Amino acid sequence: MFEAVVFYILAAVLLGMGLVVITRTNPIASALAMVVAFGALAAFYALLSATFVAVLQILVYAGGIMVLMIFVIMLLNLHPDDLKPMKPRGLIVALALIGVLGLTLGPLFLTVFPAGIWGLAALSAGFGSIFAVGEKIFSDYLFPFEMLSLLLLTAVVGALVLSKRKL
Amino acid sequence: MELLYPITPTHYLVLSAVLFGIGVTGVLSRKNIFISLMSLELMLNAVNLSFVTFSRINGDITGHVIVLFVVAIAAAEACVGLAIVIALYRLKETVDLDLFQSLKD
Repeated sequence: MFEAVVFYILAAVLLGMGLVVITRTNPIASALAMVVAFGALAAFYALLSATFVAVLQILVYAGGIMVLMIFVIMLLNLHPDDLKPMKPRGLIVALALIGVLGLTLGPLFLTVFPAGIWGLAALSAGFGSIFAVGEKIFSDYLFPFEMLSLLLLTAVVGALVLSKRKL
Repeated sequence: MELLYPITPTHYLVLSAVLFGIGVTGVLSRKNIFISLMSLELMLNAVNLSFVTFSRINGDITGHVIVLFVVAIAAAEACVGLAIVIALYRLKETVDLDLFQSLKD
């Protein structure tokens, strides 16, 4: 019962904030709604016993990526005239696409995976802890992990090259 | 009631699909480049939620590892994407995606 109550409250917050993100005219309002949505998402991860991922969601997304986003929005100092509200035509096209996709794939998905057929596996002790995740990364996924650090380095250099006026 | 009350993994997956749909709607219908980027992040997060759900179903930690990779790649994407936004704003003085049409000049 407790899980159901928490699930529905968090789902309402997450989807509501998702809708706020895509409907606001001002990107700052969207970004702040996004931070709340990430908080709700972190709570979902905690409900699914992914504690380390939940902490990382708050630290990296809410604390890092969104701060960067808000920083750039404020740096550009947009005039209110530059901000256009949502166009109804684009919304109709998007909703039609989603509707077609949802109506074709949704029933298929729900027949293949109906509610309740998936039992939850018994969890080993420490499932989702930083120890378990770290052990997996540094054994089976060591090479992708090193590639990731290379990718981040490339991204940093790329961002510098792109945004600098003169090198 | 039976569909709603015992929370199963399917509920999480449906939630993640709806969140992904919201993200797609944002990318397709908004012209502000920041909101498009944020909708993109929303879609990445929806996928992360289903990775964590599948990880919970199977009791396998691999899904969490993939989520960590996705988060790092999203950070790289946001960093390069925002650098491009700054460069474009310097060139065109706007953040409207409709006005970014020419490849040169």
